[in-house]
Amino acid sequence: MFDFLEGYDLLGAFWVTVQLTFYSAIGALIWGTALAAMRVSPVPLMRGFGTSYVNVVRNIPLTVIIVFTSLGLFQTLGVTLGADNFTTINFRLAVLGLIAYTAAFVCEALRSGINTVPLGQTEAARAIGLSFPQVLRLIVLPQAFRSVVGPLANVLIALTKNTTVAAAIGVAEAASLMREMIENEAQLILISAIFAFGFICLTLPTGLFLGWVSKKVSVKR
Amino acid sequence: MKPTSGVTVSNEDPTAGTGDLVVLSNVNKHFGELHVLQDIELTIARGEVVVVIGPSGGGKSTLCRAINRLETIDSGEIVIDGRPLPAEGRELAALRADVGMVFQSFNLFAHKTVLQNVTLGQVKVRKKDKKEADERARHLLDRVGVASQADKYPAQLSGGQQQRVAIARALAMDPKIMLFDEPTSALDPEMINEVLEVMQQLARDGMTMVVVTHEMGFARSAANRVVFMADGRIVEETTPDQFFSNPRSERAKDFLSKILHH
Repeated sequence: MFDFLEGYDLLGAFWVTVQLTFYSAIGALIWGTALAAMRVSPVPLMRGFGTSYVNVVRNIPLTVIIVFTSLGLFQTLGVTLGADNFTTINFRLAVLGLIAYTAAFVCEALRSGINTVPLGQTEAARAIGLSFPQVLRLIVLPQAFRSVVGPLANVLIALTKNTTVAAAIGVAEAASLMREMIENEAQLILISAIFAFGFICLTLPTGLFLGWVSKKVSVKR
Repeated sequence: MKPTSGVTVSNEDPTAGTGDLVVLSNVNKHFGELHVLQDIELTIARGEVVVVIGPSGGGKSTLCRAINRLETIDSGEIVIDGRPLPAEGRELAALRADVGMVFQSFNLFAHKTVLQNVTLGQVKVRKKDKKEADERARHLLDRVGVASQADKYPAQLSGGQQQRVAIARALAMDPKIMLFDEPTSALDPEMINEVLEVMQQLARDGMTMVVVTHEMGFARSAANRVVFMADGRIVEETTPDQFFSNPRSERAKDFLSKILHH
C-alpha cells in the first residue's frame, strides 16, 4: 500500500522543515525581543520604529515576504547571505523572511507579557538605581517571558506550518516534496494525510511540552 | 519659639547630624488640571525624620516620589546632598541608588527569592561581589526579622514580612536617605506594628527619613518634624508635639479632629 513512497526522501524533507523552523524560531525570538524592547523604550524614535515595523510586517502575506527575499534581495540586490549555491542561498533567504515575519508576532506576544509585570516592580527597580536596560533585562523580561510561554507556543506552531511557504522559492522542505509526489503518484488523499500527520508529529509535542513548561515557570503573585 | 511655615524647626534629636540633605525650592507639579504640588519649599537635614501627613489626594505621595524623580516636576528645583536632581540617564540612576524607597504595595521582584531581592542592587548597581552581597543581605534580613524567609519567594510571605524585606532591599544600597510612601497602608492591622518597629529602629540609628503615613502614633514618637500637606500645599510644619496639641491652621485642626476623635 505504501510502496509509492519508494524513491522519495520523506525524512530528508521533514528534516529541512525542522531546520527551517529551528533557525527561524531562534532568530525570531531574538529579533522579536529586540522589537518588544524598542516598543517599551523611553526613546520615541525606537518606539516609533518598533510600532511601524510590527504594523507593516504582520500585515503583509508571508508568501509576499518570502518571494521578495528571493526576487528582491537575491536576484535584484545580489544578497547571498554568505552562501554560494542556490540550495543554501534559498534556505537562508527563507529563514530570513520567516524571522522578519514571525518576529512581529513574537514582539506582540512578549509585549502583552510585559504588561502583566506590575508597574510598581519597575519603579522599585528604578528606585534602587538600575538603568533602563537593566530593569528590562533583570526584572521585566524574565517575568514577561514566563507569562507568555503559551502564546509563544502558538507562534512556534504557526511558524512550523508557515515554513511550507519556503517551497515558493524552491526550498526542498516537506510541502515541496508533497507537491512533487502528488504530481507523480495517484495517491492524492493518502499523500496529503501522510504529510498532515508529519506536521502533527512536529507540532503536537511542541504544544504539549511548552504547555507543561508554561505551568512550570509561571510567576506566583 | 514660634514656628512659621517654610522655616526649619530646630532639631532636638541629639543623633541628628548637621547640614541639609534634601532641599526642595519652589517645586510645582500638575496632573493635567490638578495642581498637585504648589510652590513646595522643604528642607530636610541630615539625620532628620520628617513625617508627612494630610488628607488623601493632598500631594504627599507625589512629593515623596518627586524626591527620587519617579515623578517629574514642572518647575522648581530639588537638590540632594548639594547636587541638583539629574534629569535622566546614568546620573539619575546613580542618585536613585543613594535614595532608598519603600512603597505602599511592597513591589518586591516576584520572580526572585527574598535573598535575591536584597542582593540584586548590590551586585548590579554597587558592583559588589556575590558573596559579600549575600552576607550583607542576610545581615539586613536578620535586622528586619525575616532572616528565616531568605530562600522563599515574595508571594509566600505575609504583607508585613514583604514590607520588611522591601526595607532591607532599600537599606542594602546604603542610602543617604530613606523615603517611605505609606509603608503600612496596605497592611493588615496586626502587621503594621512589625513594620513600624523596624522604622523606629532605623530612626533611632540616625537614618534620614521622609515618611508619608497615616500612623499618627509613629509621627508622635519618631518624627523630628511633622509636615502637614493639603490641596498640594505645605500648610504647616512643626514639631510633633506642637502639631498634635496645638495646630495653628484651620485645615490641620479640621484634619486632626476627624482622625483623633478617640
